[in-house]
Amino acid sequence: MNGYGGRILRVNLTNGTVTKEPTPPDVARDFIGGRGFGIYFLLKEVPKGADPLGPENKLIISSGPISGLMIPGGGKCDWTTKAPLTGGYASASMGGHFTAEMRYAGLDSIVLEGISPKPVYLFIDDDKIELRDASDLWGKATFAVEKQFKEKLGEEFQVAVIGVGGENLVPYACINHDYGRQAGRGGVGAVMGSKKVKAIVVHGTKSIPVADMDAYRKAGMALYKACKDSEGLKDWTRYGTTIVVSWCDEVGALPTRNFSAGSFEDGKNLYGPVMREKIVITDKGCFGCPSPCGKYSRNKKYNSYVEGPEYETIGLMGSNLGIDDIEAVAQANLLCDDLGIDTISAGNVIGWAMECYEKGIFTKKDTGGLDLKFGNVEATFTLIDKIAHREGFGALLAEGVKRASKKVGKGSEKFAIHVKGMEQSAYATHNATAMLLAYMTCDVGAHHNRAWAITYDLQVGREKVVPEKVARVIWLQNFRPMFDVLGGCRLQWVELGIDRDLYVPALEAITGIHRSWEDLDKVGERLWNLTRLFWARENEGFGRAWDMPSPRFYEEAPKSGATKGQITKIEDVNRLLDMYYEQRGWTSDGLPKPETIESLGLKAVVA
Amino acid sequence: MRLYVDNSKCSGCNACRVACSLNLFGENNPKKAALVIEPQFPAPGVYNVKVCTQCGDCAAVCPTEAIKQDEQGAYYVDFAECNLCEACVPECPEEVMFIRSKLADTAWKCDLCGDCVAVCGTSALWIAEKEAVAA
Repeated sequence: MNGYGGRILRVNLTNGTVTKEPTPPDVARDFIGGRGFGIYFLLKEVPKGADPLGPENKLIISSGPISGLMIPGGGKCDWTTKAPLTGGYASASMGGHFTAEMRYAGLDSIVLEGISPKPVYLFIDDDKIELRDASDLWGKATFAVEKQFKEKLGEEFQVAVIGVGGENLVPYACINHDYGRQAGRGGVGAVMGSKKVKAIVVHGTKSIPVADMDAYRKAGMALYKACKDSEGLKDWTRYGTTIVVSWCDEVGALPTRNFSAGSFEDGKNLYGPVMREKIVITDKGCFGCPSPCGKYSRNKKYNSYVEGPEYETIGLMGSNLGIDDIEAVAQANLLCDDLGIDTISAGNVIGWAMECYEKGIFTKKDTGGLDLKFGNVEATFTLIDKIAHREGFGALLAEGVKRASKKVGKGSEKFAIHVKGMEQSAYATHNATAMLLAYMTCDVGAHHNRAWAITYDLQVGREKVVPEKVARVIWLQNFRPMFDVLGGCRLQWVELGIDRDLYVPALEAITGIHRSWEDLDKVGERLWNLTRLFWARENEGFGRAWDMPSPRFYEEAPKSGATKGQITKIEDVNRLLDMYYEQRGWTSDGLPKPETIESLGLKAVVA
Repeated sequence: MRLYVDNSKCSGCNACRVACSLNLFGENNPKKAALVIEPQFPAPGVYNVKVCTQCGDCAAVCPTEAIKQDEQGAYYVDFAECNLCEACVPECPEEVMFIRSKLADTAWKCDLCGDCVAVCGTSALWIAEKEAVAA
């Protein structure tokens, strides 16, 4: 099948068997790959009510048709599962070189099923595929395990590995790869841990077939040329995602002290150029990327190496904790990566704990003696370790901010910053209504990448609540995740501003199927509705209440910074949802109407 | 003319290696590329790239004269004439003369096509006259 490896690998961990089946051509046609395959298999194969950490849940790992090819950014791997963090849909996108290597081994998806009786790792070397004993790796940190595999098997092998966070089923445990790339959000690492799979190693030497070789090479070259000609290439490559730290600080979007403000008085110490100057040594790219945002750092203060920190980690582990030392943030980043927990969720929940401590809800008696004031670097390091090991006070924070705040009570739920149980990523949304709506309605919980609408807020008036804004969020939500479907990265479009139409001839030459962006946006809309239906299927009473943001954004205006005194009114929060549901063709409770399901041709999928 | 590399600019993305396999074999398969990227992580955190200098040592030892020179002075393998004797491989001072008999029934090397340079977003690769080190 052109553009595909042509095989789905099923790994039954309960029985210890591995089998390959052909990639169904109709699924490839309708769902294309990546996230599309993920939600298709999730809906079809994971039974209603499955325990996210039980044998019925599956971990679906998918490449897409541009992965591993001469197309800019073709290095994204999708990890879909029922999320232990939220009880809903999870799809985490991982960069690096894993997805390309899967394709060279002829695999479009790997589906992990059941639970292994003992720790194992999945070994894939072209057609030699085995489950191997991993007892000696269990308990080890991610970097050490990756290094051990690379030394034993060679650099051509790609490694995805969980840390002790995943082993201990921390619901925001991540999966690590390439010393610094992660499938980060929703607890995909905990699902892998529940299945007792420590690592997946993959190596392939096969060629990926395409429909029209000459047209594909021409289209691929045109895409690279557009990237290299882009005005934004130089600065984006120099600073990566840290380029936005200063902007966010200036406009009041930088989460500060548990999102109580959007500007940090010491934020300048965390800006991209400061980090570049102080610690960055190498620009580290994912597969096929002409504009590498990975900044690899040598951290002299802590005598360590780490990829990053990236913007999200700077926001959550830096300003959100009142920490203004970029080397401390980099070290927190390293600890999270090595222990296998998501920096975004961890930084968010530690921020909540610090606020609880400063408000007297926690005392040293609760925290195991930690002086949990904002800005305490050592306490942050200690907590990261305790969370991953579920030790002492860390065990509470390991629950995630929603469950922890519910347990603790005393009003702390009001400043638990999450949507649907997923900790909000690093944009403060007191007065940025499109971005707020993007978080409220994101298909995995409060994550930014489906609709990064905050620049649009600034363009059209941040407090405005108008149908055009809602339409913009919907368009972004339909369109941006399509890069995850294709197995590629959106940042060449977002940051380099290349014409998205350049992908159209490339995709056609690869798969032999013509798809305009109008067609692709439609696929995105279908997937968005399917994920919504998954949430509703798995959660009784699912609806509007699940889309509400943290009260912090409609009840408590920041006392300082660029958004001082600014807030989104609760009436506007509700108006945003009303308009959103109407434009989506959903009921006033936020569920896809039968006619919407029908018109999108989804009846058969959800039957 | 020859290919040059600035290791400090390489981000390890491997776009060059896919472009290379497309030029040499018409295949998407970086295992059949004529340049090597050695990632050195987690420490010291750099990429070491090996490229052909067009020194011609491989051609000098080829018993079938399968390694020929084109009009711009680049040595290339005439696939039809290679008998996989492997004489060339140990001669290459840069370790970029390849035989992987499971993947191809010929040796291969850089033919200076320039496609790697065209896709390198960080300008780590360039082609220039021999001895001209700067881009």
